[in-house]
Amino acid sequence: MTDQRSQAEIVRKSLKRRYRTERRFRLYGILAIFIALASLFILFADIISKGHTGFVKTTITLDVTLDSGMMYLDDPTDLDQWSSADFKAPIIAALQAQVPQAASAAEKRELGRFLGTFADSEIRDLLTKNPELLNTTQTIEFPTHDRVSVYVKHADNPQYSIKLSEQQQLWVDELLQKGIIDTSFNDVLFSRGDSREPANAGVLGAIVGSLLTMLVTLAISFPVGIAAAVYLEEFAPQNKLTDFIEVNINNLAAVPSIIFGLLGLAVFINLFGMPRSVPVVGGLVLALMTLPTIIISSRAAIKSVPPSIREAAEGVGASKMQVVLHHVVPLAMPGMLTGSIIGMAQALGETAPLLLIGMVAFIVDVPDGLFSSATVLPVQIYLWASSSEQGFVELASAAIMVLLTFMIIMNALAIWLRKRLERRW
Amino acid sequence: MNTMSPSISAEADMRSKGAAVPVPDGRRKDTLMEDKPEDTVIEEGKTVGKPFTADPKFKLRNVDVSYGADRAIKNISLDIGRNEVIAFIGPSGCGKSTFLRCLNRMNDSIDICRVKGSLELDEQNIYDSKRDVVELRARVGMVFQKPNPFPKSIYDNVAYGPRIHGLANRKSELDDIVENSLRKAGLWNEAKDRLDAMATGMSGGQQQRLCIARAIAVSPEVILMDEPCSALDPIATARVEELIAEMSESYTIVIVTHSMQQAARVSNRTAYFHMGHLVEVNETDTVFTSPQHPLTESYITGRFG
Repeated sequence: MTDQRSQAEIVRKSLKRRYRTERRFRLYGILAIFIALASLFILFADIISKGHTGFVKTTITLDVTLDSGMMYLDDPTDLDQWSSADFKAPIIAALQAQVPQAASAAEKRELGRFLGTFADSEIRDLLTKNPELLNTTQTIEFPTHDRVSVYVKHADNPQYSIKLSEQQQLWVDELLQKGIIDTSFNDVLFSRGDSREPANAGVLGAIVGSLLTMLVTLAISFPVGIAAAVYLEEFAPQNKLTDFIEVNINNLAAVPSIIFGLLGLAVFINLFGMPRSVPVVGGLVLALMTLPTIIISSRAAIKSVPPSIREAAEGVGASKMQVVLHHVVPLAMPGMLTGSIIGMAQALGETAPLLLIGMVAFIVDVPDGLFSSATVLPVQIYLWASSSEQGFVELASAAIMVLLTFMIIMNALAIWLRKRLERRW
Repeated sequence: MNTMSPSISAEADMRSKGAAVPVPDGRRKDTLMEDKPEDTVIEEGKTVGKPFTADPKFKLRNVDVSYGADRAIKNISLDIGRNEVIAFIGPSGCGKSTFLRCLNRMNDSIDICRVKGSLELDEQNIYDSKRDVVELRARVGMVFQKPNPFPKSIYDNVAYGPRIHGLANRKSELDDIVENSLRKAGLWNEAKDRLDAMATGMSGGQQQRLCIARAIAVSPEVILMDEPCSALDPIATARVEELIAEMSESYTIVIVTHSMQQAARVSNRTAYFHMGHLVEVNETDTVFTSPQHPLTESYITGRFG
């Protein structure tokens, strides 16, 4: 009896210790999750606080009289007159009408600096398309110069330096009050490619470039990866060669991405003579990079298909091919898709290999095909973040937000697909 | 001890080193533990009873199966008669499942598995290199220990075999095959209103009968059953046993079971396996009423296994 009691005592004591250990272990887990969430929150807060102004544009809306005498342009259809015409003059005149106190030539020049670099080309384009508008008055919205934009958006932010003279600041304040200078949603960001001028720069070119590149990556890495995984898992004989291949696939997954860029440069561009900066080459390089991820996750998915299903199919006389195509691959598909989408999301955020194959070039036009020069979102972010103009800082953060949105969509898609296709057995 | 036949006591005495010494009842067990019937030396390839029949479906001679260096089946010869139900019994790890899986080459997918000897189905070698395993499995169907329906609809489960073998040319033919198979498996009444429902949503017993329906949908000649009732409750087990009895009219059935009552209930002949040896084969009644080998006797009286 005493023996039993003391044993119970020992157990009770050890129980206390065990529960303590368990509580401590749980606490560590909660702490780890907290740290992870906090870092994520700080990251998002930082990016959003920096980037939200990137989604706002500053504009000047003016009633411009397209006076032929002021522009030295009699006939808008006569191309000879284009080079000597002054498209900026009517805008400055319209501005000056709003700020009558700026009368001298020097002050007018100061006023002219409110306008974005491409304000005059906006008038030119308008007249090219509609020559009949000459000598009429039109209400036109112009992007402001970066300096005005920074002043309007960040006047009280010490991180930005205001590059307007005090007089200019007064004028801008006045125009703001009149509603001539105004802020609105930055549709330019989603409708244009890159530009030297922050007010005219958008991510559309980069988004399209990214999509085209991803298309190539998906079209190559998904079928090749799954075919390789199915073969290795189901058909390959177990010998030294397959072991060797397996080890090397795992190694490839760990190779730094810039190495793939060098490979792409050496093989696709130098050896095969493919053009630089094009989505096809970018996609090929990223496909090589994504392949090991897809193969490894697909093999894991195939391995997790229960052997009882294979036996069931073999038992009714299915051939190896039928077992694989009718049962193993469909059941492994959710895992394969998840792995592929995660691989694609990784590829979407990849910068280093694309720098080496020339996708870092300054490209204004939105790419219109797999063989036209393009850049991708992460490279665009890299370009803008390293740019000296203040307007690009917020654009870079805005582009990061766009990129993160795409990533979140892709990951959500992966989760949704897995939930949707997952089957119990 | 009093159930022991004189022959086994005599043999035990001959082998024993100290068991012959009379001991008080309380310590008798210990002596028995030392004197395990498993220690009986079995002569390889020597089977007691009647392993051979006149007109066999399967003619199996000197079968040897090894996994790498392990010999799982040691020189077994056996005939399996046409339209008979033969039960394989024996303790765990005795090789009965391995032997069963040789009959439709389910061991093929295990790389290290080697099968030697002569295995014939209707006088054709099963392990002939030219033999098509797909055709063999269409003739020799299998039902597994755990119900393993495909994660598809009930209809698709049954229709899968006929579909891949091209047994039905029209949808109506396929419907007939599915209905007949489900009827034969005693599942039609429960399943006819939910043929499109997922098979994995059925109860364990229903799933196992569905697996039987799936096996008979390709009209096999032989059905191998590897402990088909081990995951089922007694009611579901009774249903499956009834089914085996009905099916025995048209199929040759080989059933591996751990339940001796089940073997006694469903089979015509019983084969007792022990450590890779086929110890005794006989009419089921004979095996359970007057076993000839001491090991069989020990097993069916529950002394081990």
